[in-house]
Amino acid sequence: MEFVNIIILAIIVNNVVLAQFLGICPFLGVSNKVGTSIGMGAAVVFVMALANFVTYFIYYFVLIPLHIEFMQTISFILVIAFLVQVVEIIMKKAAPPLYQALGIYLPLITTNCAVLGIAILATQKQFNLIQSVVYGSATAVGFTLALVLMAGIREQMELTGYPKGMKGFPISLVTAGLLSLAFMGFSGLVK
Amino acid sequence: MANKLESTLKNMILSLFLISMVMSGALGFVYVVTKKPIEETQKKAEIEAVKNVLPEFDNDPTKDVKDIDGLKYYVATKSGEVVGCAVKTYTNKGFSGHFEIMVGFKPDGTIFKSAVLDQKETPGLGDKMKTKWKDQFNEKHPTTFKLAVKKDGGDVDAITASTITSRAFCDAVTRAYEGYMKNIAKTTNQ
Amino acid sequence: MSSLKVFTNGLLKENPTFVLVLGACPTLAVTTAAFNGIGMGAATTFVLFFSNMLVALLKNYIPDKVRIVAFIVIIATFVTIVDLVMKAFVPDIYKTLGIFIPLIVVNCIILGRAEAFAQKNDVSRAILDGLGMGIGFTLAITILASVRELLGNGTIFNIPIVSENAKTMLIFILPPGAFITYGYLIAIFNQLKAKYNF
Repeated sequence: MEFVNIIILAIIVNNVVLAQFLGICPFLGVSNKVGTSIGMGAAVVFVMALANFVTYFIYYFVLIPLHIEFMQTISFILVIAFLVQVVEIIMKKAAPPLYQALGIYLPLITTNCAVLGIAILATQKQFNLIQSVVYGSATAVGFTLALVLMAGIREQMELTGYPKGMKGFPISLVTAGLLSLAFMGFSGLVK
Repeated sequence: MANKLESTLKNMILSLFLISMVMSGALGFVYVVTKKPIEETQKKAEIEAVKNVLPEFDNDPTKDVKDIDGLKYYVATKSGEVVGCAVKTYTNKGFSGHFEIMVGFKPDGTIFKSAVLDQKETPGLGDKMKTKWKDQFNEKHPTTFKLAVKKDGGDVDAITASTITSRAFCDAVTRAYEGYMKNIAKTTNQ
Repeated sequence: MSSLKVFTNGLLKENPTFVLVLGACPTLAVTTAAFNGIGMGAATTFVLFFSNMLVALLKNYIPDKVRIVAFIVIIATFVTIVDLVMKAFVPDIYKTLGIFIPLIVVNCIILGRAEAFAQKNDVSRAILDGLGMGIGFTLAITILASVRELLGNGTIFNIPIVSENAKTMLIFILPPGAFITYGYLIAIFNQLKAKYNF
């Protein structure tokens, strides 16, 4: 039950993009086509689960025993950057098809603030290891959901007319706003 | 750019190592310098929160905090006599889940005042609990003032369109009251 | 480019918020009240100023292949300094901005400026660029925050603008309002830019 709550909260109620404003850059940048957004989403799910797993150990077995919690930001971002590199190298060697599908999205993930943000939030919420990994993956699924929905809308939008002045970012942002409004309907779903 | 360092292994390691050393040194320094102000600020905020919900006192209630079952009890005294106890309490039933409030009790269990500490209820709806709304609890004793919204047969006027938040607030106050009567009132009234 | 141009570049021509659309996360998240905009802007400007300065100073001592890591270390250090200082001296703003202070690290504006400008220019120009970009960001998010605060709460910088009994449009301080206001402001900015050609 506890995990169901974490998952529903992370995917729908507190959707990482539409309610918490994390990962906006890739959300606006990669949501042109449904296909690419699924690829990006899958890569994020993978990295986020892994990042939460590793940062858990960093936080509880390095930072806390040494009383240097204030080094959290700097150590987490370096670990995430390192992880992304390692995943890229391993994937290239061990699973070439997977690499071909997800590889181009991996470097973009380092600057996806959702990864760092969720790692920090997981320590703030004092989750244990399993909760933290579940939270990370569920959040990333929420990210993918928002990305795919947005991509679907944008694909349709290319075929419709709207004021010239709204072309590009403005229309995407207003669309995201309406999507966010729809997601607000879920608030209060889980007690 | 002529004399830019080459990307040899030695140079890369050396340069990264030196940058990390200098940067962590700088960070350590700032950490030491700000450590005391941070502690003082947090303590000040804590005392301020206690002051907001209790009658005048002259001890330092943050010195001897009792932490029982997730609630924190700050006992305040004036010239040695107990004037009240502030209870930091919480609820998980808010519209957005968890929020924390501070409730001040007089020694007999009458609510003195309350304050909202940490909340993320809907702005403009649920977060109205921060306003005058919570004053209806002041000077009420939970044995005669039923801590539930009127819809549920209690005595509390719910916030318009925010019954869930109002119920959660009652839940937090009830938790504080029960904890106070069970853990604190007995010891201080003897 | 003259020094003045380097500075004003970030204010209008390449405004990080309205033109480059970088650092959108804090832009959307913290702009529920005008004061938050100023606080976030000041913190970001501080980091931009010092990271640009240091990157320009050290550019010849950082081998190319590890430059991104080195930049991240430098930026993360200044972010942590801001974090600690704000926690100590402005706890209220610190609490409202919350997780978005450590997240300045991944604000693309900062790494972007280090990579695109500071590492190719001398210290004084890098500092000017950092200041220009920082102030441009601050102005932009403060405008966005003021609009949202006015429409959603009827105040700007906590000063009441409309009558207390007036119904305000709550939606503008909720998440959807952030996206919608930001979208319209970019559109307006683009129109002005096209008209006055700055």
